[in-house]
Order: sequence, then structure tokens, then C-alpha cells
Amino acid sequence: MSGRQGVDLGFIALPWRARLLLVTLACVAVVVTAFTFGIAAGSSRIGVGDVWTTLLGAGSRAFEFIVFELRLPRASAGLAVGLCLGMAGALTQTFSRNPLATPDILGVTAGASAGAVSAIVIGGGGYSVGASLLGVGIPVVATIGGLLAAALVYGLSWRQGVDSFRLILIGIGVTAILGGLTSFLLVRAQLTQVSAATQWLVGSLSGVSWASVWPMLVVLAVVTPIALSQSAPLEINQLGDEFSTGLGVAVQRHRLAVIVAAVVLTSAAVSAAGPVEFVAFVAPQVARRLARSSRPPLLASALVGAALVMVADVAARVAFGTEIPVGVVTALIGAPYLIWLITRKNREEHL
Amino acid sequence: MSSPVLAVVRRSPVNGIAVLGLALLLGVLASLTLGSNPIPPAQVVQALIDPARDTGAVVWGSRVPRTLMGILVGFSLGIAGAVMQGQTGNPLADPGLFGVSSGASLAVVLGAYLGFSSMTASLFLAMAGALIASVLVFTIATLSRDLANPVPLAIAGTAVTALLNSVISFLVLTNQSSLEAYRVWVVGSLSGRELDGLFPAFVLASVGVGLALANARSLNSLTLGTELAQGLGESLWRARLVGLGAITLTTASAVALAGPIGFIGLTAPHIGRALVGGNHVRLLPASGLIGAVTLLVCDAVGRVIGGGQAEVPVGVVLATLGGIAFVAIVRRTKLAAM
Repeated sequence: MSGRQGVDLGFIALPWRARLLLVTLACVAVVVTAFTFGIAAGSSRIGVGDVWTTLLGAGSRAFEFIVFELRLPRASAGLAVGLCLGMAGALTQTFSRNPLATPDILGVTAGASAGAVSAIVIGGGGYSVGASLLGVGIPVVATIGGLLAAALVYGLSWRQGVDSFRLILIGIGVTAILGGLTSFLLVRAQLTQVSAATQWLVGSLSGVSWASVWPMLVVLAVVTPIALSQSAPLEINQLGDEFSTGLGVAVQRHRLAVIVAAVVLTSAAVSAAGPVEFVAFVAPQVARRLARSSRPPLLASALVGAALVMVADVAARVAFGTEIPVGVVTALIGAPYLIWLITRKNREEHL
Repeated sequence: MSSPVLAVVRRSPVNGIAVLGLALLLGVLASLTLGSNPIPPAQVVQALIDPARDTGAVVWGSRVPRTLMGILVGFSLGIAGAVMQGQTGNPLADPGLFGVSSGASLAVVLGAYLGFSSMTASLFLAMAGALIASVLVFTIATLSRDLANPVPLAIAGTAVTALLNSVISFLVLTNQSSLEAYRVWVVGSLSGRELDGLFPAFVLASVGVGLALANARSLNSLTLGTELAQGLGESLWRARLVGLGAITLTTASAVALAGPIGFIGLTAPHIGRALVGGNHVRLLPASGLIGAVTLLVCDAVGRVIGGGQAEVPVGVVLATLGGIAFVAIVRRTKLAAM
């Protein structure tokens, strides 16, 4: 591979290429722009210049209130959710060597959804989605449900080590079981509760507060270095476990680390905003096509995810007259873009 | 399924098909006898022979059509799943991958939005939506000028499915009557569905199954890799088109009849591969039989555990019980990778 260079920071070594660096920087630019417009847009509009003067501490009192109390938590939540899901998606597609694999097959999303829907339906009818996201109730239940389900998937796949193919199949089974329980609850519930549950199941950023942003930022800070260092050895695993083991890679250990990273990232995002669909699938696919790499680049995937969620959230707030959940818009924006990328190219595609 | 049975079956693929045929008979029996008003097998047989008996109305009026529908839907989905996984070479592919299920669902929700909510309307809307969606996916994949490679096809399908689903979410969240229609439809059920649709769906599904079986040899060569397949004289265009036609017709008729039942198409081929191996000439019928048996049994269980009140929709039973069975099988068997 021509033009491939390395940077070695001691505990972490990253190969990089000029194109990947360019794509990553472009993604950062898009993310910063989307972040700015995310704060500027809304019922009382703020100029783009005022956004930054206020963020840097030189804005008027009125702007300070709107920016720091109302807009910034939501924009940060969009940023963090997108980063978490994009990176989790790239990790899942790397270790499973399957472009259709999303963190959903690890059971996290289905577990979190089953937890949240039971909380909404069984916990009583009086839940509005905004109140439930503000309160600690549903995020905590969703986190526990998601982590338990992921542990179940991994545990059931264990047979002298975990084979990716078996893990995927067990994941399909466990996801189905939890999905069945969720739809059973929905069929038997009152229509108002179904409405609230459907809102949660689509994924929404309305009503997020700093309380749901901080956990995601902490998770990102802790998991990102682990993800970067642990997923690199798995990239040579495209030829199969035996081959990599022969080369001296501790496949099981790296795979467990990558799976745990993906699970924790997804769980953080889902408990804050619900299962925002499509981001974890599309972000790595878009990133790898932009970077023209054979596997999803981790940081670029995270940034594409963040850009997608934030652009979708701005669109969800301003484009439809009434506010709609961000999870509806992510696919409306992401899918056509991915389709355009597919039709534009006729190169060999592998993963 | 206990391991000794599996061991016997593995020895010969013909045994596998025979065991599945037997299982289907048992499934049919369960479907005819069980329900809110259980009828002993002997009486069912008598009623089948002589419709004039007092149980004849129940047996011929509701149990037989429902059983036929179960076989049709389950067989179609099982075989569609096997074709889909063969075409894409991906174990995560299910018959809904080309947008067939979500296209059908969107058409039904749109119909409810515009005021057409009768079962007959839903049936034809679902059929039309499924066809339009799959043609769309195939067109996009063709535009990538890389038919040899299944990856763009699978990715385009996933993207279109997500796009359609988000339009559904939008309608459902903003329109109460769409939500009401959607939440009943989306679960997947064999009860309260329109029986008038059984015959047209049967015709379409039969054509689809025929195309699938005609596709079997091509699928075998595709498994070896597309380059080798072309070397063997396989026309990729024909192989892809026949496969797409098979998937669309079988899935569309199943979805139109019973709603989007997701689990069978994804899992039946994996069990089929463990039972009869990867040769599609045997794998396709085996997956169809597994699908039919699973659906019949889960539908009967849903009627029984409903306990005389509202029955549990088959989609829910399938996902829950079928999921548990699938996990158990995957844990026990030596997996046949794709």
C-alpha cells in the first residue's frame, strides 16, 4: 500500500494514509459546522457568530441562557450519540467481518428496548417521553437491559472461545426473543403507552439534559483509546481465526475487548437517546467508501456518525413544521447518501 | 431437536427431508386440533371426511384455511431466506433485505393514512409495495455496475429498507389511524387475515418457489465465488434476476397474507444447512419445510397460550419460542459456515 505511514505513541500505534487523514479532517469540519448550526437553529434564532462568541464566554445574558441551558446539551448529546454509534458500528463490522453486522446483533439494542418498553408499559401509563428521558428511570433500565442482553449473547456463544459466526447467530436468536417480548408488550398495551414507547423506540434527542450527556462523554474518553489499540490487530483477521492465531495474534482477547467496547458505546448512546436507527450501519460504510479503505476506519466512522446525527437533528427540528424524532430523519438523510456512493462507484467491494 | 435425531439425519440428506416431511404432518395435525376450542385428532379426521358433522364448520371454515395459510407463508419465507442467503453469501441476510417487507408495510400504512384500511385493500397494497421496493433495490445495485459482487446489493437493500422504515415511522408518529393499522399489521399473524387472498397468494408463491428451485444450481455455483461461477458458464444476470424474482414473489405473498414475519427467513436456512448440508437442491426444500413446520407449531402454541381470550400473534411466539429453539440448536450443532 503506497503512501502508508505510521505514528507510534508508545502505547498506541496507528497506521495512517493521506486520504484517510483528509477525510477525517473534512468530517471534523462538517461536525463543527453541524454543531454550530445545531445551536443556532431553533424557535429563537441566534447568529452563527453569536454562537461562538457566547460559547467563548463573551455573549449577552439572553444568548448565554439559550445557548448553555437549551441548545448546548442537545447539540452535545447529538455529537456524543453519533460518535458512540459510529464507532460501535465500525468495531462490530471489523470483528464480524460482515458489512451487515451492526451492534444490534450483540443484543444491546434489543435488551435496552425491551427494558425501556417494559418500564413504559408496565411502569404505568403516565409517561411522556420528555419526562422519561429527563428522569433517571428509563435510561437506567435501558442500560441494565442492554448490558444483560449482551452478556447473554456472549455467554451463550462461548464454546472454548467465541467464534464470530456463532456469536452472530446467537445474537440473531437473542435479539428475536427480546423483540418478541417487546412486541408482545406493545400489542397488549394501551394506545397512549404504545405512542410513548414508539417515540422511544424510534430514538429522539428531545428533552436530553447534561445528565445524559456526561455518561456518554466519559464512555467515549475511556473506550476510544482501547478501541483503537484493540481493533488494529483484528484487521489482519480477515483470513480467519486460525491464520491470525498462527501469526501470534491473541484473537480471543482482542475480540472480547472490541465487543465490550462496542457494547458499552452502544449502551451509552441507546440509554440517552433510544435506539437511533441506521447510524451504526451507515457511518462505517460511508467512512470506508470516502477513505477508500478495505475496512471501516474507526475515527472517521465515529465522526461520520456524529455529523449524521447532528444534521438529522437540525433537520428534525426545523424542516417539518413540527418536531419529529431524530431517528426518523437519520435514514432519510443517510440512506440516499449511501445509495449515491454505491451507484457512483464500480470498484471491487469487500469487507 | 435432540442430538441423536440430528446424528441420524446427518448421515443422509434424504433422511433429513423425510424427517422434515414427518414433522410437517405433525405440525398440520397440531394446527388442525389445537385452538381455543380443541378438537381431538379422531374428530378432526372425521370432520375432514364428512364436512356435514357438527365440528365440520370449525375445521373446514377456520382451521383448514388457516393451516394452509401457515404452510404457504412458512414455506415461502423459508425458501426465500435460503435464496437470499445464497444470493448474497451473507448469513445475516433475510428475505426482507431487498426492502420487500418494508415496502409492503409502507404501502399498508400509506393505505391507512389515505383511508383504505380493509384487509383486501391491504393485501393488494402490500403486494404492490413489495414489488416496487425490490425493483428499486435491484436497479440501484445494477447502477453500481458490479453485479458479480453481492455486497453492494446487500448494502443497497439495507439502505432502502431503512429509508422505507423511516417513512413508516414518520407516518405512524404523526397519524393516529396509521399507528393503529401499523401496530396490528407489523406483528405478523395468521388470524383475522383475509382468506380471499389465499388463492392469488398461492399462485404467486408457486411461481416464486418454481423460480427458486430453478435457481438452485446457480446458487451452488455462486457459493463457490462469482468468478468461478462465471467460469462454469453461469450467466450472472440470469442467476440474479431469477433469484430476485423468486425472493420477491415468495416474500411478497407471505407478507401480504400474514404481515412482516421476520424470524423464519433468517433462521430456517441455518437449521437447514445443519440438517441437509449446503447443496441448494436439497437446502431450498428443506428450508421451506422447516419454515412451514415452525410457523404451524408457533401459530398453534399462540392459540393455546392465549387461553380462550385474545390469542398471542404468531410473530410474537415465533420470535420468543423460535428464538429460544434457534439459540439451543446453534449452541449444539457444529455450524456449517456459509
